[in-house]
Amino acid sequence: MYKFYEILTGPGLWFAFIIFIGGLILRLTYLFALSREKDKIFYNHMSISWGLRSIGHWLIPLGSASTRNQPVFAVVFYVFHICLLGVPLFLSAHNILWDEAFGISLWSMPDSWADALTMVVIGTVVFLFIRRLARPEVRILTSFWDYFLLVLTLLPFLTGFLAYHQWGPYNTMLILHILSAEILLIVVPFSKLAHLVLFFFTRAFIGFEMGGRRKARAW
Amino acid sequence: MSKNLNYTTEQPVNVEKIRKILDVNNGARIRTWLNICSRCGLCADSCFFYLANNKDPLLSPAYKFKTTLGEMYRKKGNLDREFLKKCYGIVWGECTTCKRCSMYCPFGIDIATMISTARTVCWSQGVFPEGLARTLTYYQETGNQMGMSEEDFIETCEWMAEELEDEIRGVTIPIDKQGAKYMYTVNPREPVYYPQDLGMAAQIFTVAGEDWTMPSSGWDCTNLAMFAGDRELAGKVVRSMYDKALELGAEKILITECGHAYRSAAFEGPYLAGYTEGKPPVQIVHSVQLFYEYFRDGRIRVDPDKRIEEPVTYQDPCNVSRNGGLWEEGRKIIDYIAKDFRDMTPNREHNHCCGGGGGFIPMGPEFRSRRMASGRVKAGQIKATGAKIVITPCHNCFDQITDLNEEYDLGVKVASLKEIICESMVIPDHLKPEQVKDQD
Repeated sequence: MYKFYEILTGPGLWFAFIIFIGGLILRLTYLFALSREKDKIFYNHMSISWGLRSIGHWLIPLGSASTRNQPVFAVVFYVFHICLLGVPLFLSAHNILWDEAFGISLWSMPDSWADALTMVVIGTVVFLFIRRLARPEVRILTSFWDYFLLVLTLLPFLTGFLAYHQWGPYNTMLILHILSAEILLIVVPFSKLAHLVLFFFTRAFIGFEMGGRRKARAW
Repeated sequence: MSKNLNYTTEQPVNVEKIRKILDVNNGARIRTWLNICSRCGLCADSCFFYLANNKDPLLSPAYKFKTTLGEMYRKKGNLDREFLKKCYGIVWGECTTCKRCSMYCPFGIDIATMISTARTVCWSQGVFPEGLARTLTYYQETGNQMGMSEEDFIETCEWMAEELEDEIRGVTIPIDKQGAKYMYTVNPREPVYYPQDLGMAAQIFTVAGEDWTMPSSGWDCTNLAMFAGDRELAGKVVRSMYDKALELGAEKILITECGHAYRSAAFEGPYLAGYTEGKPPVQIVHSVQLFYEYFRDGRIRVDPDKRIEEPVTYQDPCNVSRNGGLWEEGRKIIDYIAKDFRDMTPNREHNHCCGGGGGFIPMGPEFRSRRMASGRVKAGQIKATGAKIVITPCHNCFDQITDLNEEYDLGVKVASLKEIICESMVIPDHLKPEQVKDQD
């Protein structure tokens, strides 16, 4: 058990992060090169102002007509993303590990906040999962892979929560927590989860097209 | 679905050709769009096809592109005729490429572009609407979609100018004038079915004192080849218009009140015709913009007694408003001409497509019932305004709303900007015909 834990928190983590960051960089580089070859004409229409506005209006909650059409979903999905990124980054347990390993760390939120926000993540994922099943126009698009990614996203938070509260066998929970997180990190560059970075590019592009060329608000 | 695909052979599908088209388009843009769609379903609520057809999930934009272009790439081009016929029903029968969905997608995925690409694949295998097929042959033979000969066209122009002598002194339709400020281009529907439209334009230009000309060729600004997926012909069509303008030394090309003609000339055309910078060789101006400038600059004045009393509304043609950026101009013109303007909800670049664009109207009777069904959203919008007149600077919107008026009992009259401008503008004394002046 402990050996496994050592591997997961040693080479396992290195591997996961290298694939995560390296994979995203590789994907971006590949797409950039591809765009220079096949999408050159679109470089004619770059407009920083419209690109940023296109990105910005979708980064703020209810900033687009589309999200205002489904405000509950929009707020849930916004909160989900904030906590998804915020909790792992600002968790004291994680920051202690970073500090021990490399002497660096970010600000840590009080554990009670982290606890509450983790419950929020779990709740919002359940909402998103149910939404996928309940709304016909979403269900028809959804494949096994979409459900799988949702569950995979949930696992690190669920297992972390359980481990923190020491509900269930602690060692197993901890190992599942680290393992699921590493799998998630590895999957990101190769799936739609790469929208982590690609969002900014596609949004900028439509900002150039609709805004830069036509002055139409793509939000 | 069509039983009339008899102009296509049942030849085996040419997979090589399909692969080539898919490969050329497999750039970062389309590839990312296909990968990044997170199946959130927000696009559904933006699509009038979905909304008008009882929110049928099969009509959500994401589903439409996933099952057409998405499948084409997944199958690596190994398609069969059955599949292509299924795509035909979707890419022509369930989408007008209005681009509203791209504004409602969190990633800004442009589904319309993907549908257009799927159209090109289908067209390459001879699968495309018969109504468009006829027009393509006419474009190739005569340079215009209705097969009108140069002779007939010039005759029609001269006839219209003659007819107007009683209303405006000295009105002409100057053909092939060198170095004019505007080379006017029209939708062949005008000379063929509504020649008075040519006359109305001539009246407006004469009153405004415009320096304009009508070209003897390259006068068709429409581009149905663009909607048929025939990109090469689409390039030829638009290039013949550009070339004529260059030949005549015209400063700008003026587009009649037509939506997709503006999209073709100003945005897609340069690429179709091989201008890699993306800019047309001659500046493109849409009539709604020029007419607005006439009012703004006082070159056309409205007779206060002739201002429209009845409530009016404005139909935003997708390719003039959302895809052309010209949504304020039409409204400003209406401000001068009408007393009671009632905007639709939503409006401007968020307005819904009328359902007649993307080739739908020329596609003919086979597709009529579909566009009447999808037009329910537009009909509802019009009814909600309580307007009696719908003003729109687009031929397809005009035809579609005329049909919707009948189908949904809207009780409205549809009018182009030219028509309402001609009815209400002041004709300056020096242009009034002799007899009228004597009577004064």
